[in-house]
Amino acid sequence: MSVCIEFENVSYAYPLTKKAAVKQVSFQLETGKCYGIIGPNASGKTTICNLMRGLCPNFYNGTLKGKVIVCGKPMTEWDEAEISVRIGYVFQDPFAQVSGIKETVFEEIGMGLENLGVEQEEMMRRIVEIAKEVQVDHLLQKHPLALSGGQCQRVAFASVLALNSDIIVIDEPTSQLDPEGTEDVFEIISRLKAKGKTVIIAEHKVDLLAEYCDEMLVMADGRLLAKGETRAVLADPALEENGVQIPQVVQLANALAKAGKPLGAIPVNEKETMELLEQWRGGRDDGAGSK
Amino acid sequence: MALEVNNICFSYPGSPVTAVERVSMKIEKGERVAIIGQNGAGKSTTAKILNNIYQPTGGTVLVDGVDTKGKTTAQIASHVGYVFQNPNDQIFNDDVVKEIEYVLRYWKLPEEEIVRRRDEVLDITGIRPFMSTHPFDIPLPIRKFLTIAVVLATDPDYVILDEPTAGQDNWGRKQLQTVMEYLQNKGKAIITISHDMEFVAENFERVIVMAHKNVIADGDRRDIFYRQEILSDAKVKPPVSTHIAQELHLERRVLNLEELVAALLQGDA
Repeated sequence: MSVCIEFENVSYAYPLTKKAAVKQVSFQLETGKCYGIIGPNASGKTTICNLMRGLCPNFYNGTLKGKVIVCGKPMTEWDEAEISVRIGYVFQDPFAQVSGIKETVFEEIGMGLENLGVEQEEMMRRIVEIAKEVQVDHLLQKHPLALSGGQCQRVAFASVLALNSDIIVIDEPTSQLDPEGTEDVFEIISRLKAKGKTVIIAEHKVDLLAEYCDEMLVMADGRLLAKGETRAVLADPALEENGVQIPQVVQLANALAKAGKPLGAIPVNEKETMELLEQWRGGRDDGAGSK
Repeated sequence: MALEVNNICFSYPGSPVTAVERVSMKIEKGERVAIIGQNGAGKSTTAKILNNIYQPTGGTVLVDGVDTKGKTTAQIASHVGYVFQNPNDQIFNDDVVKEIEYVLRYWKLPEEEIVRRRDEVLDITGIRPFMSTHPFDIPLPIRKFLTIAVVLATDPDYVILDEPTAGQDNWGRKQLQTVMEYLQNKGKAIITISHDMEFVAENFERVIVMAHKNVIADGDRRDIFYRQEILSDAKVKPPVSTHIAQELHLERRVLNLEELVAALLQGDA
């Protein structure tokens, strides 16, 4: 596996702030994996995303120490236009993502392609294809600013997917969506993964992240608290101690372990939990009682 | 004292389809009620009619027995407060204190009362540390608490919280508990629209299920989350703990993790 993003002892402070948003963070991300970034609000999740894409400090200014390396090349040597295609970025606030200068969703999704000088026919084909994929094809004629929160989030997603970037950074993609829409987004994410893309998602919905991500990065107060394989990271008691939300099924496993009746493994989804619980109950039929 | 809608209908201007059709519900002061259902089921439309943001095209809305017909949203807002899902839809001042005090000053309340209310809501919502921050520089999840503070300051008897847990972390969820306890202690009704079933099951005794532009069930949370046919009709999933308990055919009706663990351990004894 090749490393696609590397942080070398990165610290960063936004302009006019005394406190660093991210402190001495080092990690490597491998090509083709799906990474979840979790942690309380203001723990540095969004800043890590901004650093990966070079928005910190290129757009926000501020003070950067250490090195961010993308595909073997330090961020400082990347051309802004090039990096914006190499790394697709879906913003937390979808209304901040839409350009505000396009009249229709169709043009909005196509804006990135237009800037890249993609042939018109190819561009139209891709817009329609992507719009179908994220289910906004019925909205193509609508004005981007007349969309609901959920619709806007999908359009923001579509405009990034259209670029066909190798690395996709997504900051809280589902904050405006209902459960069905949320599952659709994770469905898209798993398809991206199947295509060999590297996906990085900052999210609060840890239950879903646990199910889809190969690895987790846990942020707390600007520092990288833990990084590694999802199951191992979620089992780390330091998470709960630092106010990091953990999946319900992991909480269940922890509670049973605390009561002296451990499940035997840490489940990351409901299916695994059911299997473990069936074993745990040992096929007995007693007090808890089957109907 | 109650907030009551009878057979309300509504369609958005210029739209041939109705958003809600003959919806009726009655919410007493002091109740905690959650309205659940898929996007497009009519939840937000109903809530916005309760607050008089929308006037129904048919049916009546009664706030403590008074018909809201012909009343302005401002007149109703002092009785029914609405915290929007997206805080940016609500904030318009360039200063936290101004934002909170805006309506109170418009109402020409005495200065000491304005200060008292402002200080109280700054503490209840936990946003005092952001008092001198520009509202749009406050992180989005915390900005939501500013909009809650604004609504609390107007002291309405019925408070509607639209998707309050969206984007919130453990801090936000705890702060929300503080806000709800505060409202409960003051005898206010809390009405939420939410997709977060853990939050609903934990905090709202009464659950109203909406689907197909109407109410399809209204009752105690422990009954509602065990009525599979209603949940699947509304395309709603019960809380994870409830679902696991159902799959395991546990006899006890479980609403949260604590209850699930207790039921499992007891069965294990």
